[in-house]
Amino acid sequence: MNFGSIPLTYYLVLSAALFTMGALGVLIRRNALIIFMSVELMLNAANLAFVAFARQYGVFTGQLFVFFVMTVAAAEVAVGLALIVAIFRTKHSIDVDQMSSLKG
Amino acid sequence: MDLTLILFIILAVTAIATALGLLISRNAVYAALFLVMNFACVAIFYLLLGAPFIAMAQVTVYAGAIMVLFLFVIMLLGAEKLPKGDVLPVQRPLAIGAAVILLAEAVILLVQRFQSTAMLQAPGTVENSMDSLREMSGLLFTEYLLPFEVTSILLLVAMVGAIVLTKQEKGTRG
Repeated sequence: MNFGSIPLTYYLVLSAALFTMGALGVLIRRNALIIFMSVELMLNAANLAFVAFARQYGVFTGQLFVFFVMTVAAAEVAVGLALIVAIFRTKHSIDVDQMSSLKG
Repeated sequence: MDLTLILFIILAVTAIATALGLLISRNAVYAALFLVMNFACVAIFYLLLGAPFIAMAQVTVYAGAIMVLFLFVIMLLGAEKLPKGDVLPVQRPLAIGAAVILLAEAVILLVQRFQSTAMLQAPGTVENSMDSLREMSGLLFTEYLLPFEVTSILLLVAMVGAIVLTKQEKGTRG
């Protein structure tokens, strides 16, 4: 069985589709948690493209970048969820439309 | 048809379907579980692409740690049921139109640019998983040593930040 026979373009198109869905989720959902999950989906789509390119060109830098992106995503989730919890404590809601206190 | 291609198509359809499920589900727990499924599909793609270490990291870090944190916060806040928010009337069609344009642009550009390099390199240079792991760690601790160290500081900052943000002051309960 040959595991190298899928064109790079397929992976790139899949990655683009997943990224678009993440962007769409950020645009149409109002729940902060779902928006956050959509951001994770976008990061994952970029990671997939990185690994596909790493395979295409036979270098490991792409895989290393995925490694770094994962740590950044973990840090982002920790701080972001802490922010959501803090906002929920004061507003009792995580709807992003409610977070308009700074509006004049 | 090649067996790998069939596997790829099944996985791709599952990944897209679970992403759609994340977009439309009305329950935050279901959305999180859809995302776990999506991460698992992407992990199998990493295995297909000859990156076993990244695949395992994907499962443990994303599908494990990050999504457990998400589920924990959803249950802590009791935010499982998402109310039908009254969005701006033009927002949804506008967003879908923008997403379609973005997708079309990305696909056209990527296909144009990378059509020539049609097939992924046959396995050989990156076939042996232990070799790939050795190569990667070699790069990580030589050429990318500084980013690696910066990452450790980033994780420390994130940990301190999360603790400070969620800490409740004594007496002044918010």
